[in-house]
Amino acid sequence: MAEFSFWFIIAVTVLSAAVVVLSNQLIYSAIALLVTLFGVAGIYVFLWADFIAGVQLLVYIGGILVLIIFGIMLTNRISSVRLSQTNVQQGVGGAIAIWLIILISLVISKTPWYQADAFEPAGTVAEVGTLLLTKYLLPFEAISVLLLGALIGAALLSRKEN
Amino acid sequence: MDNIFINYSLFILFLPLAAFVIQIFFGKRLPRQGDWVSVGAIFITLILSIAMFVAMLLDYNPAFKQEASFTWLDMGAFSIQLGFLVDNITVIMLLVVALISTCTHVFSLKYLEGDIRYSRYFAYLGLFTFSMNGIVLSNNLISMYMSWELVGVSSYLLIGHWFEKDSAANAAKKAFLTNRVGDIGFFIGIMLIYTAIGSFAFGDIFEGVAAGTLSGTTLTLAGVGLFLGAMGKSSQFPLHIWLPDAMEGPTPVSALMHAATMVAAGVYLAVRLFPLFTPEALLVIAYVGGFTALFAATIAITQNDIKKVLAYSTVSQLGYMILAVGTGVYTAAFFHLLTHAMFKANLFYGSGSVIHSMHHALHEKHDHETDAQDMRNMGGFKDKMPITYWSMLVSTLAIAGVPLFSGFLSKDAILAGSLSFAQHHPEHFLLPVFGFGAAAITAFYMFRMMFMTFHGKPQMPELIDDIHESPKEMTGPLVLLGTLSVAIWYTLPHFNPISTHGSWFTSLVQPMTAVVPGNLTAHAIEEGAHHAHNLAMGISIGVAALGIGLAVLMYLKKVLSAETWGNRAGFLYDWSLNKYYFDENYDKYLYQPTLRLANKIAWIDWELYDKYFINGFGRVTDWASRVTGKFDYEVIDQILVDGLGRIADNLGAMLKKVQTGKLQNYLLYVTAGVIILMIIQSF
Amino acid sequence: MQELNTYLFVAVILFSLGVFGVMTRRNGIAILMGVELILNAANINFVAFSRFGGMNLDGHIFALLVIVLAAAEAAVALAIIINIYNNMNTINVDEASAMKE
Repeated sequence: MAEFSFWFIIAVTVLSAAVVVLSNQLIYSAIALLVTLFGVAGIYVFLWADFIAGVQLLVYIGGILVLIIFGIMLTNRISSVRLSQTNVQQGVGGAIAIWLIILISLVISKTPWYQADAFEPAGTVAEVGTLLLTKYLLPFEAISVLLLGALIGAALLSRKEN
Repeated sequence: MDNIFINYSLFILFLPLAAFVIQIFFGKRLPRQGDWVSVGAIFITLILSIAMFVAMLLDYNPAFKQEASFTWLDMGAFSIQLGFLVDNITVIMLLVVALISTCTHVFSLKYLEGDIRYSRYFAYLGLFTFSMNGIVLSNNLISMYMSWELVGVSSYLLIGHWFEKDSAANAAKKAFLTNRVGDIGFFIGIMLIYTAIGSFAFGDIFEGVAAGTLSGTTLTLAGVGLFLGAMGKSSQFPLHIWLPDAMEGPTPVSALMHAATMVAAGVYLAVRLFPLFTPEALLVIAYVGGFTALFAATIAITQNDIKKVLAYSTVSQLGYMILAVGTGVYTAAFFHLLTHAMFKANLFYGSGSVIHSMHHALHEKHDHETDAQDMRNMGGFKDKMPITYWSMLVSTLAIAGVPLFSGFLSKDAILAGSLSFAQHHPEHFLLPVFGFGAAAITAFYMFRMMFMTFHGKPQMPELIDDIHESPKEMTGPLVLLGTLSVAIWYTLPHFNPISTHGSWFTSLVQPMTAVVPGNLTAHAIEEGAHHAHNLAMGISIGVAALGIGLAVLMYLKKVLSAETWGNRAGFLYDWSLNKYYFDENYDKYLYQPTLRLANKIAWIDWELYDKYFINGFGRVTDWASRVTGKFDYEVIDQILVDGLGRIADNLGAMLKKVQTGKLQNYLLYVTAGVIILMIIQSF
Repeated sequence: MQELNTYLFVAVILFSLGVFGVMTRRNGIAILMGVELILNAANINFVAFSRFGGMNLDGHIFALLVIVLAAAEAAVALAIIINIYNNMNTINVDEASAMKE
């Protein structure tokens, strides 16, 4: 059962990712992105990363995706559901994408990864929190500053000229 | 004692050359047009020559000889030595050249006063003196040949001094070209000798001939070849045509070159190279000389131009000298050269003085038509020009062979030699006939000249008042040379006026035995001449008296009529007057055909060769250049060079499209690049 | 619950798709979506290594930070896109080719 769901989630993720990049309709891409993000969260769960899965759902889907949809709405004269958009240089891009897959797959398969014991913590939230404030205090603070910067920047950028 | 001769010789040789160079470049700008440069140089040369002569007399050594040579050209297997040879003959000859040249220089001071090319004239005199000394001093055939040619050049320049006159320019050309014809033979002779012996120096040549390296027909041919050069230079038949025409030059030049020195060069050559003439060559030489002597004399008897008489007389006397060489008594030839230089130069100076006076008188009368040189316009000058008259008389007596005068001694020696030769070889009886015949005729025409010019009634009475003696620059040489025409100078230290036995000349200038095996030794020749001497003396006095007597009768006493005799002689007179029509015949049979041939060849060269061949080259080059130009432009320039530009342009246009400005494209390129790198890396 | 490699392969595919999307999509927001895919793929890598590669929870922290960054970046990107839209009335990135030669 777990096996099947695992592969199912992976399939869903990959397929919807494909839809994201191949679809002509922008809304379809957005919805597909939603599904993909959900799938990724599922993968996180399979990797015993419960906190990250949660954060994924909250921030990515709840924040970023919403933002994206807002952007879609704001930047298209919506007269209908159909917001078409076309692609360019698909051929070469496709070739490159395929090559990337091939090459990196080769790399992955040939590299003898360091295999430690599977790390299966009970819960990660507390650990992550502790780590954030001890070992990774600096990145944490830095990220805060960055967020602040991003806030200000975004606000500044989207200000209307009086 | 030794080095003095060589050192002095160097000065004697190069001083006149220095004078020539200075005169040519700076002459016109110097005060008095630089005549003092030339006269000074030649005077120093004279002093040095006299010094050498005195040294020679003091030394009194017949075998005296100094040689100095240096390598002029050295190409390993082939080298040419040039150098000096100073022996008694050289010293005497140098003195002759220096003396006559000095006299000419001084004489010219007045004779050419006011001439338009005064400085150039003196320059050329210096050049001539230099070249003549070059011939005299050389010890090898090559430097002699070089100086020989230079002498010819100087002759050309000096004869053609008044080249505005066509006749003078033509005469100069004729002189030079006739000389050249002789020089061909000379050169062939030199080359024959060199091929056999391998050296040009006289010493080596004599050794080679004595050793038999060069003998037989080749030697004869070489000797005849060398003699051809002498024929050209000394104006022997048939190359005698230039000397009479050379009278177009100024009279001092005629005195210097065509009496004393240049024409004597041929005799000098024969004297120097006597030892290598074979009997056959000597025979040729003797006949040519003898025939010329008689033949020229027969022309002189009818000539009316005073200088022409002297010119033919010179040809005749040169013939004498050549005859002497041919019959073996070549020292007598040299002796005659010496005495002839004195009295013939004197005669020329005298005639120059007369002509100068005539010009002056005609100028006074504003007469520019009458020929100043024609003896038929003269007459009775004796009282008006005493110095000229007396000095010329002395020289005429000398040339006629009257005892007590120098010419008698030298002619006598020659005639004795020819007589002795005929005595030993009776089949050659013509040679003394030539000799004595010419002697008789010489006496005749020389006195004819004197009587026509100085005696009798003036043929142009209106001129006679203006005829006066010449200035002292002109009379000085006359007196000097006249004095030197008496016998006494040549018989010292003995005073026997009719014999040169024991004189300084015969003691110092001893004949060399010919090195040709089989020739008579010098001693044998001398013996023969000695035995024939008295007989020759008697005959020569006799014929001289005959000639003088006839002249007296015809021209002084006017007992016999010249015109009647001339008419009776008929065509002979005509031939004599017109010099046997030699020039006309040469022109008809030699010059014209050659000119026609030359014209034909010129036509071939111009119309065919030049037009088609040479121009063809030009046209081919033109065509080739056009084609290559076209190729260069269209192929190389348009296609290659411009093509490269176009390729760059196109490439640029293509590559320009890369920069689309679209970010996604750039991302594509980056990623593609990464992938490619990865692919390369993994393989 | 498989091997490390599986997750890595998945991440690769997601990554390639994301690159493809960035390269080929004309709409700015669509490009943004591609970028999100890329980031997610990286996150999967991190977390997978955290599980299988002995990174303990360091991978999680990284993933967390990446997510934060993604959020910030998305915000700013959208602000920019909206600005472009306001100025050029289109968010077709082909139009924004002022860097064209």
